[in-house]
Amino acid sequence: MDFSNYLCDNFYDEMFDAKGVVRPHYKSVLESFSALSQSDFDRCVSEVDKSFLHKGITFTVYNDDQGTEKIFPFDMIPRIIPKNEWDHIEAGLKQRIYAINLFLKDIYTDQKIIKDGVVPKDYIFSAPHYRKEFVGIRVPKDIYVHICGTDLIRNTEGDYLVLEDNCRCPSGVSYMLEGRQALKRVFPKMFPSVGVQSVSQYPDQLLKVLKHIVPSGVENPTIAVLTPGAYNSAYFEHCFLAHQMGVNIVEGQDLIVENNRIYMKTIYGLQQIDVLYRRIDDDFIDPTVFRKDSLLGVPGIVDAYRAGNLGLANSIGTGVADDKVIYYFIPRIIKYYLGEDPILKSVDTFLASEKEDFSYIIENMENLVVKSANESGGYGMLIGPHASKNEVDKFRAAVKENPRNFIAQPPIALSRHPSWTGKNFEGRHIDLRPYILYGDEISIVPGGLTRVALKKGSLVVNSSQGGGSKDTWVLYS
Amino acid sequence: MLKRVADSLYWLSRYVERAENMARLVDVSLQHLPNVQNLDNESLKKHWEPILLSTGDSDLFYKVYQEANSETLTHFLTFDENNPSSIQSCILAARQNAHMIRDQISEEMWEVINLLYHFLKNQDAKKVWEEGPFSFYKKVKEFSHLFQGLTAATFPRQEGYDFVEMGKFIERADKTGRILDMKYHLLLPEIQLIGTGLDHAQWGAVLLACSADAAYRKTYLSELKPKFIVDILVLSRTFPRSIHYCLMEFNNALHRRTGCPLGSYSNEAERICGKLLADLSFKTPDDIISVGLHEQLAEIEETISLISLLLSKQYMFFPVVDPAQEEQNPAKNQ
Repeated sequence: MDFSNYLCDNFYDEMFDAKGVVRPHYKSVLESFSALSQSDFDRCVSEVDKSFLHKGITFTVYNDDQGTEKIFPFDMIPRIIPKNEWDHIEAGLKQRIYAINLFLKDIYTDQKIIKDGVVPKDYIFSAPHYRKEFVGIRVPKDIYVHICGTDLIRNTEGDYLVLEDNCRCPSGVSYMLEGRQALKRVFPKMFPSVGVQSVSQYPDQLLKVLKHIVPSGVENPTIAVLTPGAYNSAYFEHCFLAHQMGVNIVEGQDLIVENNRIYMKTIYGLQQIDVLYRRIDDDFIDPTVFRKDSLLGVPGIVDAYRAGNLGLANSIGTGVADDKVIYYFIPRIIKYYLGEDPILKSVDTFLASEKEDFSYIIENMENLVVKSANESGGYGMLIGPHASKNEVDKFRAAVKENPRNFIAQPPIALSRHPSWTGKNFEGRHIDLRPYILYGDEISIVPGGLTRVALKKGSLVVNSSQGGGSKDTWVLYS
Repeated sequence: MLKRVADSLYWLSRYVERAENMARLVDVSLQHLPNVQNLDNESLKKHWEPILLSTGDSDLFYKVYQEANSETLTHFLTFDENNPSSIQSCILAARQNAHMIRDQISEEMWEVINLLYHFLKNQDAKKVWEEGPFSFYKKVKEFSHLFQGLTAATFPRQEGYDFVEMGKFIERADKTGRILDMKYHLLLPEIQLIGTGLDHAQWGAVLLACSADAAYRKTYLSELKPKFIVDILVLSRTFPRSIHYCLMEFNNALHRRTGCPLGSYSNEAERICGKLLADLSFKTPDDIISVGLHEQLAEIEETISLISLLLSKQYMFFPVVDPAQEEQNPAKNQ
C-alpha cells in the first residue's frame, strides 16, 4: 500500500508530523501496511466487513422499506496513542468524572454550588435533564455516573480537548471490542510488534461496577441489562454486553414492580432483580414519573430505586451534566470541588443566554459552531463556515427565540488520520471516546472508540451521518 | 429463564423448521412436475393448488395472483413477504426472534440464521427459477439442518434447549401431517386415477418430501402402498419425521421442563399431548384409512394447535401475578 502521495494539508495528522515524517509510534504499523499488497489489503477489508455483517453488527437504514441493513464502516488503520498521551488523558478524565459526580450529588442534595454562586441556579433548574423528582434522594455509594463516554478531540496543536460528556447512556463500547477482535483476526502479527494494551477486560470491569451497587444484604445478586428492545439501534450492544457479562437482558415488558421491588417474569414465576444496567433514558424509564406515554419502561421502577431496593446504572438525572451550558461550567466545577485546575482543557464556549456572548454569537455566526444544548448524534448543530446563508439565518432565529438552548464555539480543526477511501489513503477528521467506569474506583480501559468522519472535509463523526470507526491502540510504552 | 426468552426460542425453532418444510413442499412439487401429462394452465393449476389447500393459504394467494402456475407459486411460497408462511417470512420471523435473544443462544446459532437471512435477501424468484430451483431449496434445507445441528452441538441442555426441541418437533409433526394431507387434495378430483402411474408418483413425492423414501423401502420391503405410507408418516415410533415420533419427542421435552413423569400430567398441555400419544400408540393404519385419512389428519392438526396454545399459556404468556404469593414459591433459576 502506498502512502507516498498522502497529504497533511496543515491539519494535525495523527500519523505524520508537519514535515510529513511518520511519528515514531506509528512507524511499525506504517511499515506493515506499506508492505501489504493491494489485493491482500482488499481481502482483509472484505473479511472484516463480512464478519461484521455475519455477526449482525449492523444498523437499519430508515426510510427504506426493504429493511436494508448496513454495517458500520470500519477503517482498517488503527489509531495509536502512546502511553504518555494516554496517561494524560486518563488522569484528566478521572479528575473530570470525579468532579461531575460530586456536582450531581451536590445539586440533588445540598446544592452548595448553587448557594456559593458558582453555577447560576437558573441554568441547572432549566436543564431539561435535571430531575427535580430526585432532589433529596441518596443513591447507592453516592455514585451517579457509573458509565461515562467522554468525547475528546485534538486541535491543530495536537492538544486533547473535551468536546462533550455523555453521562446518560453512552453507546459504542461494543464497537471498540468488536473492532479490536476484527483487527486481531486479520493482522495478528501487527499487535505484538508495537505492544498494544488489551481492552477485552471491559465487560468484567462493568460487571464489577454493577456488583458494587448491589443493595445491601443481597448475597447472590440478579443483575440485568434493561433494553428498549430489539428495534433499538444499539440493541446489538445491549445483547453483546449482557452476553459478555453473563447477565440477563430484559425489556420493560419482562418486568413488574410490586411493593417497591422489581421482578422479572420467568418461566417459573417472578424473580427479583437487584441491579439494572439500563439503556433507556430517564424520560422513558417509568411512565408513572416521567413520560406517561412510554411503553418501554417499567411503572414503579423509580419507587423501587428510591426505596433502595435496586441499584441503577446510571442513576436518574445525570443528563444535566451533558447539557452544553453546564459543560461551560465544568472547569469551575472541577476547581470548586477539587481545588484543582482541569487537566484536560475544554473548548472555548459562548453562552447565548449571556448578554455579551449573545451579541457576539449573533454577529459572528458564520465563523462559529453553534450547538443546541441538549442534542446528540451530530444533530442540532450549525458549522458556520460550512453552512449556507439560509441555514445560518435559521439558526440565528432559533438562537434569538430560545437563547438558553444554545452555545457557540470556535470551529476546531479536528486532527486527521489516514483513512481508506476505497482508492487511496486520505486524511479524515477523528475524535476519541474513551469509556470511564465508576465503581469502587474510577477505571478506564486503555482504548476507546475512535470515530472518523469518512466524508471528505466533514467534521461530523456520528455514525448516523457518514461516520465510521477505527480500532484504538493504547501502547505499553 | 424469562418467559419472553422461552417464547422466542420456541418460535425461532418453529420458524426454522417451518421454512424447511416449505422448502420440502415446493421442491417436491417442482420435481414432480415432469410427471404431469400436459403442462397446460389447467393441469398446472391442479398440480399446484393442493399445496395452497394444505397450507391453507388459497384465499391469500388469489388476492394477489391471477393464476396458479409454477412461477407464481414459487414466488408466493418462497419470497412473498405478504405470505406469512413463505420461506422468506419464516426466516425473517426466525431471525427477529433470534435477534431478540441473541445473548441467549450460541454465536454459531445466531450466525447461521443471519447467513440464511442474507442468503435469501440476495435471491429473487426469477433468478432461482432460471438457475434451477433444486439447488436453491436444497440450500434452504441444509441451512435448517445446520441450525439444528449447531443447536445440538453448541446449546447447553438446560431449559432453553427444551423449548427449542418443543418448537422443532411440534412444527414438524404439524407439517408432516400437512404434506401427507396434500396427497388427499391431489387425489380428490381424479379418483379414477387411483393405482395409476400418476398416483404412484404422487405417493412417491410425499415420501420424498418427508425424506422418508429410504426408510420406507427398508422398513416395508414393498412397493408404495398408502397403508405403509400412513404407517411411516403418522404412526412410526422410529422414523424421525412421523407425527407420532415428533410428538413423543415434544412430550419428552415438555416433561423434562415440568419434572412430571411420563405417563402422567401436571398441566393441560401435558394432558392433551399424552392423550393424543396414547391414541396414536394403539392405532393401526387401517383404523386411520377407514375413518378417512383427511379427517384423521385434520383432527390431529387441531389437537396440535391446542397443545401449542396450552404450552404458550403455561410458559410464555404474561399473566398478571401477585408477587407476594409468588415469593412464597421461590422462583428458582435452574
